Amino acid sequence: MLTIDCPHCGPRPETEFGYGGQAHVAYPEDPSALTDEEWAGYLFYRDNPRGEFAERWVHSAGCRKWFNAVRDTRTYRISATYTSAGPVPAGIVRPRTDVPHPVSKGA
Amino acid sequence: MTSTGPQPHRLETGGVIDRSRPVDFLVEGAAVSGYAGDTIASALLAGGRRRVGDSIYLSRPRGIVAAGVEEPNALVRIRGECDESMLPATTVEAADGLDVSLLSGIGVLDQRQDPAEYDTMNVHTDVAVIGAGPAGLAAAREAAATGARVTVFEQDFELGGSMLADPTQHIEGVPAREWVEVVRAELEAAPEVTVLARTTVFGSYDGNYLIALEKRGDQFGAPARPGVSRQRVWHVNAARVVLATGAMERTVVFADSDRPGVMLASAVHTYLGRYAVLPGQAVVVFTTNDSAYPVAHALVAAGAAVTVVDARERSVSSPARDAAVAAGLSVRPGSAVVGVDGDAGEAVEAAWVAPIDAAGTPGDAERVSADLVAVSGGWSPTLHLHSQRQGSVHWDDQLAGFVPTGPVGGQFLAGSVAGAYWTEGCLEQGRRAGRRAAAETGHGPAYEAETAHEQPGQSERAARAGTTRQLWIVPGRAEGYARHLVDLQRDQTAADLLRATGAGMRSVEHIKRYTSIGTGADQGKLSGVTTIGILTAALADQVPAAEGSPLTPGDIGTTTFRAPFTPVAFGALAGRCRGDLFDAARTTPAHSWHVEHGAVFEDVGQWKRPRYYPQEGEDMDAAVTRECRAAREGVAFLDATTLGKIEVRGADAPEFLNRIYTNGYLKLAVGKGRYGVMCTPDGMVFDDGVSLRLAPDRYFMTATTGNAAKVLDWLEEWSQTEWPDLDVTFTSVTEQWATTAVVGPRSREVIARLAPDLDVSKEGFGFMEFRDTVLASGIPARICRITFSGELAYEVNVATWYGLKVWEDIAEAGADLDITPYGTEAMHVLRAEKAYPIVGQDTDGTVTPQDLGMDWIVSTTKEFIGKRSYSRRALTEGVRKHLVSVLPVDTSLRLPEGAQLVEPDALGDYTGQSLPVRPIPMLGHVTSSYHSQALGRGFGLALVSDGRNRIGETVLASFGGRFAEVLIDEPVLYDKEGARRDG
Ligand SMILES: [Zn+2]
Repeated sequence: MLTIDCPHCGPRPETEFGYGGQAHVAYPEDPSALTDEEWAGYLFYRDNPRGEFAERWVHSAGCRKWFNAVRDTRTYRISATYTSAGPVPAGIVRPRTDVPHPVSKGA
Repeated sequence: MTSTGPQPHRLETGGVIDRSRPVDFLVEGAAVSGYAGDTIASALLAGGRRRVGDSIYLSRPRGIVAAGVEEPNALVRIRGECDESMLPATTVEAADGLDVSLLSGIGVLDQRQDPAEYDTMNVHTDVAVIGAGPAGLAAAREAAATGARVTVFEQDFELGGSMLADPTQHIEGVPAREWVEVVRAELEAAPEVTVLARTTVFGSYDGNYLIALEKRGDQFGAPARPGVSRQRVWHVNAARVVLATGAMERTVVFADSDRPGVMLASAVHTYLGRYAVLPGQAVVVFTTNDSAYPVAHALVAAGAAVTVVDARERSVSSPARDAAVAAGLSVRPGSAVVGVDGDAGEAVEAAWVAPIDAAGTPGDAERVSADLVAVSGGWSPTLHLHSQRQGSVHWDDQLAGFVPTGPVGGQFLAGSVAGAYWTEGCLEQGRRAGRRAAAETGHGPAYEAETAHEQPGQSERAARAGTTRQLWIVPGRAEGYARHLVDLQRDQTAADLLRATGAGMRSVEHIKRYTSIGTGADQGKLSGVTTIGILTAALADQVPAAEGSPLTPGDIGTTTFRAPFTPVAFGALAGRCRGDLFDAARTTPAHSWHVEHGAVFEDVGQWKRPRYYPQEGEDMDAAVTRECRAAREGVAFLDATTLGKIEVRGADAPEFLNRIYTNGYLKLAVGKGRYGVMCTPDGMVFDDGVSLRLAPDRYFMTATTGNAAKVLDWLEEWSQTEWPDLDVTFTSVTEQWATTAVVGPRSREVIARLAPDLDVSKEGFGFMEFRDTVLASGIPARICRITFSGELAYEVNVATWYGLKVWEDIAEAGADLDITPYGTEAMHVLRAEKAYPIVGQDTDGTVTPQDLGMDWIVSTTKEFIGKRSYSRRALTEGVRKHLVSVLPVDTSLRLPEGAQLVEPDALGDYTGQSLPVRPIPMLGHVTSSYHSQALGRGFGLALVSDGRNRIGETVLASFGGRFAEVLIDEPVLYDKEGARRDG
C-alpha cells in the first residue's frame, strides 16, 4: 500500500484516498467553441506516460480535499504532492491546452 | 496422564524438544506420541511412520519430504470445533489430544460455522525483520540496540532457522541454541521490540506494507479461548524491511523419487538435529553439492550406515567430499541415484546407484540397500517476498540458483536469501543490514551508502557454497519419464513437462498453466526451480540463450510470485468483519417501529429499508398490492429518511447548482423546490433529485439513497478543482433529518391533523412548495409537497431526534383513514407506473436525459456540465435507446429485470435453448418490472432502441430459455395527465 502525503493532513494510507486521473486538465473555457474532436479529446483522452505523472487525488476519508501528486508509474513512488494553489514541481509537463489531444480518425 | 508410546526412531539425547513434556495424539485413530517441540511430522517419523497418504490423482504412496512449509505430501486435517484441512504436518505443533487425519492431497471444507475469533492488528515499525535465523536475529539485535522500533516475524514456533538443525554449532563462542536464547531475551527485554513467532509474512506491498498471519499458540488442542483470537492478521507499515527469509533446498528428480523414504537432505538434518529423530538406519545421501556432507556426518554420528552418492565428477574439487572420504565415509563421486525399490509398505528399501557421464546419462546401476534416501539438488533463496515487490533476480550459475540482484527500495537482504550459505556470512550480513536499516530511520550512527566491497561478493559466496552440479533429473533404468514426479502436489511428471514442450510451449508461464505444475497449495515451493531446470535441459536447442553461452535457467526465467506465501484462511482475512460487523448497518429513527410491525427489510447500500409489511397470511405480492392500493385510493406512508440530503450554501450556491444541473436554479424562488437531473461531462445522467431553496444563498438538495455519497463527492470535486472561485460549501445532512412521505388522495387530511397551523389547501400549498411549521406535538417540521408516486403527497422532515415520534404521530393521525405503511417494493411499483426513473436501475451511465424522454429538463440557454455533449455527432446521429414501458401480452407475467428484447424475426431458428448459433441483435432490455395493482397486470420499463418510435409494436422478451411477447407502450402508464398530483 502506498503512503500518500496529503498536503493538508500529512502521510496517510492509500485506502483513505480516491484517485482522479491526470492533473492539470482544465475544463474548457467555452465548450461550445470546441469541435467534436476537441471536446472528445477533453472527455476521453489522457496521457499515459511511463515514468513521472502528475495526477489528482482526493483525501476522501480525511480532509476531503483534492490535491495533486507526482507519481512514477513504473515504481509507484510519489515524489511530490501539492495543492492546486501551490507551485507545480519543476519538470512536470502539463498537458497542452492550446491543441486538442489527437483523436484517431475512424474508418 | 497418558503414557508415552513407542518412538523407535527417537534418539536418547539431543534436539530442541522437551522430553519432560510428552504429548499424545491420534493420527487416523491410532495413538502417536512425541514431545513438546515436535511437529506432527517429527512425531510420526519418531514413531516409524513412513507412508502418510497417497497422491491426489495417481494414488502413488507418499511420505514426508520436508521439514517446513514446502512440504508437498504430508497434508493433514485436524478435527476441532471447526475442522481445518490442508495443513502441512511439518508445520503443525504436536499437542495433546489432537485428532489428525491424513489427506491424500485434497482437503475437506468444514461446513460448520467456525466459532473461533480472528482479529487484525495495525502497526507501524521502524525496522521489520522477516525471518529469525542467524541473519534475521543478528539484524534484529543490531537494530534493537539503536533504540529503533523493531518487529521480528518468524513463521516457525521456534527461533533459530537453519541453526535449529545443528544446535551444537557455535555462534560467537556459545552453542547456537544458547545464542538464540540470549538474543531472544535481549529482544524481548527491549521496550520497542516485538518478536512474533508463528507469524508468517505472506504479502509484501508497495511502501513496505507487509501483511502477516499470526497463529496464537494452541491452535487445535483446546476450545477457543474467550477474548483471545485464534489467529490474527498483522498489517505492518515498515519504514525499513530486512528480508532474512533464508533458502530452500531442492530435490533431484529420479524414477520413483516420490516414494516414501526419499527426503530432502536438509530435512533429514532438521529431524536429526532439532527433533532427535533418525528417519533411517541405512541412508543413501544423494547430492549435487557440499551442503549434504554435514548431514552425512550427523547421520553417521547418530549410528546410521551412510553411502554418499555425489553427482559431481571426481575431478571437481570439493574439500567437504575429501574430508568425508578421509573420515571413512563411503562416497561415490560422479554418480546418481537412478531409482528406488519399495518394500511391502511401498517405502524405500533400496536405491539404484549408477555412474553418470557429463550429460547425466547413467551407466550400469547397482542396488544399494537403504531405508532412506536424503537428496540435495542445491539451494534456492526464498525470494518470494522480494519478488512480490518486483525485486529483480538473476540466475547465479555458480550458486545454481535464482538470486536477488539487489534489494528493492527501503529493504535489505541478509543471509541465504542473498546467497550467503554459511552461518558467519549470514550473521555478518544480518548485523550490517540491522545497523543500516535502523540508521535510515534515524536511529544509531549514520552510514555511508553501501560500497560494493562491503557485501560478500559473488566469488566469496560461490567459494563458500562450493561447486553445485546443475543436475535436475536422472534418467531411470527403464525408458521414459512417467515415473519421474516433478510436482508432487499436482502429480505432474517430467513426461507431462515434455508433453508441454512437445506441444510447442516455451514460456514457463504457459507450461505452468498447461501442466498445472506449481499451482498446488504449496505453490511449487519444492518443484519450481527444478521445473525450470528440467525445461532448460529440454529446450536447450530451442530457446535462444545469451550469446555464446549455453542455455541456463536464467534464460527460461521464473513464474510470477504472488501473495500469499503460504495459505491463509478466509476467516483470518475477514477478522472481526463477520456477521453484524461485516458492514455498518444504517437504520432510521423509526426502525424499531418497522420491526414491530413485521417489516421485511432490504439492504439499500448500508441502509436497512422496509421492503413491505406483510400481514397475517400475506406473501410479498399480496402485501405490495394492498400497500399500492392504499397509496392510490386512501393514504399510505413511507419512511424516506434514507434519501441523501445535502445542504448547499454560499453566495454562489445558485450559480453552482445552475452549472451542475441541466435545468435552471437561479430563478427558483425561496420556499419552492425543483426537480433536477445532473449529468457527467459526456452528457450521461449521474443523479436526480429535488432541491429546495431555503434562502437566497441556501439550498437543500436530495439525492438517490444509494448515490448520496457519490453526489457529495461530485459537488466537492467540481467546487474544489474547477470552480474554486465560487463561494459555496456542501454539508451532508442525511443523518440530521428524518423524512416521512405521506401519500394518497387522503394525505391532505392527515397532514392537516398533524400540522394544524399549516394551510394545506390546494391553493394555499402548491406542488413543489415547502413550508416550515410546528406540528401539533410542538415539533418543528419542514413539510414539502413532492410526489414520487404521482399521488397527492407530502414529505414531512423533522430533526432525526423526533423521527420515531413523528412517524408514530402520523400513524395515529391517519388511523381512522386506515393509513398504511408501505415499503420500497410498493414505492417502486408506484413510481414505475409513472415512469419516474431510478438512476442506476433504469440508467447505467450510457443514458441521457433525452433518452429518458426528459428533453424538457435540459436547458438550451445556459451552460452546464454535459451540455456540449448533446451536440456531439455521437449523440445526434444514429439511433439511441429510449425509456419506454413494456406490457407482456400475458398480463399475469412479470418479466425478469434484465430480460433481453429482440425483434421476433431476428430469432431465426433459435429456440431459446442454450446459446444461439450466431448473435441475435438486441433491441434493449427490461430495466424495471413489477405487477401493477392499479393496472391489474404485469408491466415494466425498458430501454429500447428507437423505443419512442416503436410504440405499439410487439417484440419478444428472451429469458430463462423462453420467449414472451411484449407490447411497447408510452412510458407513463398511470394518470398520464398528472391529474392526481394535486388531490
Ligand atoms: Zn487530507
